Amino acid sequence: MSNAITVNQLQVSYYGKTAVKNVSFHIEQGNLIGVIGPNGAGKSTLMKAILNLIPIDKGEISFDGKTIKEVRKKIAYVPQRNNIDWDFPIIVRDTVMLGTYPNLGVFHRPGKKEKQWAMECLKQVGMESFSKAQIGELSGGQQQRVFLARALAQKADYFFLDEPFVGIDISSEQTIIKILKQLKDEGKTVFVVHHDLSKVEEYFDELILINQELIESGPVESVFKPELMKQAYQTPFPILNDVGVGV
Amino acid sequence: MEFISDLMTYGFLQKALFTSIMVGIICGVIGCFIVLRGMALMGDAISHAVLPGVAISYMLGINYFYGAVLAGILTALGIGVVSQSSRIKSDSSIGIVFSAFFALGIILIAKAQSATDLTQILFGNVLAVKSSDMWMTLIIGAIVLLVVAVFYKELLISSFDPTMSAAYGLPIRLIHYGLMLLLTMVTVASLQTVGVILVVSLLITPASTAYLLTNRLSIMIILASTFGAISAVVGLYFSFIYNLSSGAVIVLVTTAIFIVTFIFAPNQGILWRFIRSSKNKTAA
Repeated sequence: MSNAITVNQLQVSYYGKTAVKNVSFHIEQGNLIGVIGPNGAGKSTLMKAILNLIPIDKGEISFDGKTIKEVRKKIAYVPQRNNIDWDFPIIVRDTVMLGTYPNLGVFHRPGKKEKQWAMECLKQVGMESFSKAQIGELSGGQQQRVFLARALAQKADYFFLDEPFVGIDISSEQTIIKILKQLKDEGKTVFVVHHDLSKVEEYFDELILINQELIESGPVESVFKPELMKQAYQTPFPILNDVGVGV
Repeated sequence: MEFISDLMTYGFLQKALFTSIMVGIICGVIGCFIVLRGMALMGDAISHAVLPGVAISYMLGINYFYGAVLAGILTALGIGVVSQSSRIKSDSSIGIVFSAFFALGIILIAKAQSATDLTQILFGNVLAVKSSDMWMTLIIGAIVLLVVAVFYKELLISSFDPTMSAAYGLPIRLIHYGLMLLLTMVTVASLQTVGVILVVSLLITPASTAYLLTNRLSIMIILASTFGAISAVVGLYFSFIYNLSSGAVIVLVTTAIFIVTFIFAPNQGILWRFIRSSKNKTAA
């Protein structure tokens, strides 16, 4: 079995306005994939479309030849931090335990086994000492690590993370990237919507560069090139210099 | 306690007591999900919107439960249609749909000329609870509690992280409408006790009070239903002794508990927040 993802001729629109069009790519398993592009390029939209969270106009998406419905429970999703209600009455350990829900049947409740597994996942991200804290008491980086632990708890084959590194501290970022690299070494497919171009070469194996349309996809070396980046960001603006792409 | 001996003596008082306790409990339970999902306005809307259903049931001579549930469901669907298929935001959609239902209800009730007058439906009269009302409330309550217990896991995750829930295949829209159905049933059960106007208070205030006291949903639910039940019983007491409107008294009791908690809650209360922040200031 493999965890490849194939997207063919994907088009998505919001209120009649095309947000993503003509996007096709194929990714083999065991890769850490970065989705990059300027603000409003449709990065999150692309991810949501792949996950079937929003309706698509046309196109096909397959996971190792299967439809999303067949692999759903094997997909772990880490939402953008600002989409979460941090005041929700839930403690860290129970948040991680939510990751076990997809694989529990409807009438099954999480028990001791799930609790222990949640604690193990927390240990992997170095957050076990915060297990009883309410999630809003944590720093941004700690919150992101907890949500990664939740994804680990799901024992998924595919991992989708939406802007996981926004507004978090360096050490959390390092912990997260280390775990993502471990996951891909285990043959998982890890898909990351990413904003900051400075670490792209260090973090990812493959890139999907979009600005509504697909600009290029493939290995980092062949995508992360000045002329392609310029085409995507369409700009003589300082953004390119800022992020140090103009090598 | 004269009230206790009266309770032993009068059947109508016992019925009122059982009904009040059940109403307080289920309002607390469902209220937690309403509060956490930011749907307080929706709670208010559904409770008002059952009115035409009640009126039509009287006209047809059937139990008002059926009409009320139907009206509640139509309202939830109507609000969904208006907000999802246009640019109108959800709070405005709620306002448009429920006020229309409520207005229709007022006219229909007047036409229905039933024995039960509008005031009683609007404001409740717990002392007038009949045996059939009590049993209906107890059965609705049992169903609501059972459904929440069975689907607790799904209600929790879809309230906290709807995106992840949808990603792994939970039917979140179905869960939403399921919750609206439960909300409608709770409203129907509460008609006699607090009335449609004030049900929202029994839904929101005990749950919000509990929210200030704990970081766990399970405990929040237990606290909210306890506060709800206490408020309902105290409301019944005052309503019986001083001949006051039961709905209004119940609401004022929930508010009193809320105010005390709002000030003195160990972590979230404003008193401790004030003490902490002034400590920090002197420390700095």
